[in-house]
Amino acid sequence: MIRVVDYGVGNIQAFLTMFKRLGIGAERARTVADLDDAQRLILPGVGAFDHAMQLLNQSGLLPRLQTLVHEHKMPVLGVCVGMQMLADSSDEGMLPGLGWVPGRVRSFASQGASATLPMPHMGWNDVVPREGHPLFVGFEPSPRFYFLHSYYFECQQPGHGAAKAHYGIDFDCVVSRGHVHGVQCHPEKSHHFGAQLLKNFASC
Amino acid sequence: MLRPRIIPCLLVHRGGLVKTRGFKAPKYVGDPINAVKIFNEKEADELIVLDIDASVTGAVPDYGLIAKLAAECRMPLCYGGGITTAEQAARIIDLGVEKVSVSAAAVADPSLLDRIANAIGRQSVVAILDVRKRSGLFARGHELCTHNATRVHKADPFEVAKALQEAGAGEIVVNSIDRDGQMQGYDIDLATRMRAAVKVPLTVLGGAGSLQHIGELIQACGTIGAAAGSLFVFKGPYHAVLINYPSQAQKEALYGGPEAR
Repeated sequence: MIRVVDYGVGNIQAFLTMFKRLGIGAERARTVADLDDAQRLILPGVGAFDHAMQLLNQSGLLPRLQTLVHEHKMPVLGVCVGMQMLADSSDEGMLPGLGWVPGRVRSFASQGASATLPMPHMGWNDVVPREGHPLFVGFEPSPRFYFLHSYYFECQQPGHGAAKAHYGIDFDCVVSRGHVHGVQCHPEKSHHFGAQLLKNFASC
Repeated sequence: MLRPRIIPCLLVHRGGLVKTRGFKAPKYVGDPINAVKIFNEKEADELIVLDIDASVTGAVPDYGLIAKLAAECRMPLCYGGGITTAEQAARIIDLGVEKVSVSAAAVADPSLLDRIANAIGRQSVVAILDVRKRSGLFARGHELCTHNATRVHKADPFEVAKALQEAGAGEIVVNSIDRDGQMQGYDIDLATRMRAAVKVPLTVLGGAGSLQHIGELIQACGTIGAAAGSLFVFKGPYHAVLINYPSQAQKEALYGGPEAR
């Protein structure tokens, strides 16, 4: 069972709809008890970093999530702001991130080459995965994903970058550290590309 | 390469899907859920669904319909119509919609966008401006309207767009009233002036009658949202209703293809 963590932000329904179509069991997790049957976790998120961290911290789910991820090595996929929350910190907010993938979330507006572009980075862009990455098994060349964000993940260790995209600058749009994965783009709204990625996550 | 977004815009009137001309004469073209299913299959870039009754009648958003649309829609969805509070916007996002659009209510009170942005993040806040060329012998430039073009505003539409961007809009949609349903091409002058006025992503709606028109808009404005109603619901000289959308190869041809840039 995939449990989509429902701590008050994020498009939970879109994930459930996509997994249902793929024939993969998925439900939302609102309480610690909901996490009992979890084999994999999706951590969604939209909006401001601090707002999302605050709600996750208040949800009462975090201690159990920490145990599942650190001790049970349960695969987890952070999406959009849910991906950014995997970092140590964000230029967007004051609260610390989860620190599950070492790195810092940066603003496009602070980088010369992307500062002059329309913001947010919105629309379909190419994703260039690292060769042989488990989330990108069975993909056609140059997959496209839907993006909607103004901040991006900057990995502390280059080895944690799993795929790159370009918006003024190259940035890590997918990060992986062992069983912890994060994607900046929206696989739940990226047609067959997103479906394939979620299918791969369900079996990796 | 970030691609231009080619976006079907569906209008809902009395629960059915309609298409208007000059914001008038809604013609019934089918069932909205069925249209969403077809655009799923065609892998449309995004979808805009606007309830054209809600603002005019003062009705609240039709959450039942929105839930059904969101559950079916496998591409990013923007919903507009009748949203006047941050609570309504948050409830719509929770139903599985990516973006909410506000028009008349934001023009009347730009601070509404700030409150909505605080609730759902500004990347999900879209301001739609209905604009038309001023008519009359000595008239020049464009004017801003609301309530299905029944009310005209004195404020300059480009200044209003900037103000709404400052207030919290993450995207501006500019909708040409006089081009609506005409299928004779976008108001490129309006599009380029609006592109120059705002820093957030811009989507242009109104007037597309062929893929060539979309190509012309992209030529003029670069990476932009090209939205269309009639083009994607009508086919042929007699305007037979047939939901259609360009293939990936057709789209690549419109923006030159990734290799060309």
